[in-house]
Amino acid sequence: MLQIDRTTYDALVAHAKRDHPVEACGMVVGPIGSDRAERHIEMVNAAGSPTFYEYDSTDLLQLYKEMDERDEEPVVIYHSHSETEAYPSVTDINLAGEPGAHYVLVSTREHGNNEGPVEFRSYRIIDGVVTEEEVTIVDAVAPSEESS
Amino acid sequence: MAIEVRIPTILRTYTGGEKAVNADGANLSALIDSLEANHPGIKDRLIDGGDLRRFVNIYINDEDVRFIGSLEAALSDGDQVVILPAVAGGAR
Repeated sequence: MLQIDRTTYDALVAHAKRDHPVEACGMVVGPIGSDRAERHIEMVNAAGSPTFYEYDSTDLLQLYKEMDERDEEPVVIYHSHSETEAYPSVTDINLAGEPGAHYVLVSTREHGNNEGPVEFRSYRIIDGVVTEEEVTIVDAVAPSEESS
Repeated sequence: MAIEVRIPTILRTYTGGEKAVNADGANLSALIDSLEANHPGIKDRLIDGGDLRRFVNIYINDEDVRFIGSLEAALSDGDQVVILPAVAGGAR
């Protein structure tokens, strides 16, 4: 199950709507091993495409160095589909490189840049196997075990 | 000669869980052969048909190797190498 706080959820949806029809992409990172989606980072889609996304290689290195310094890891890796459903494509599955992350797909195909509901779904993608999981939106993510 | 190579999570199955390993080589190609000697199978995840895989990024001292000669990129003692899978995908 993915637990995500309302503010972060709204920020991901807003990012997807703003960038539509281009695919929006980014991460929500958190302390290593915590599974807490705490810090939202919008990334630039270097491909600038409605059907593909890729982080710029320099941005990617910067992001991972920053996570390393802060003892963080990717908790949510999200992107939007602007023309298709919020389900991982073959490309998404083949390129999924973080077995510990929740892969979130937001589809903006219904309302584009405008107000209105979006599909927001989360998956585990491990060794090419996709497993959908429940998304629970909370006021604040539950404290990690170490701090409780 | 020792060059530290940072290994991404998805490739740590080849390094016994280690986040960083030492390897050596005068260029990236030789370095990858040195990695392969100690961590069999890892080379195939980095190279395809003699070229660096499209969705694998390797950096030498923070420079993307694609801008400094790719597999021919020169290495020297004390350099730091980082391997990161691309974060990419899309509807098609």
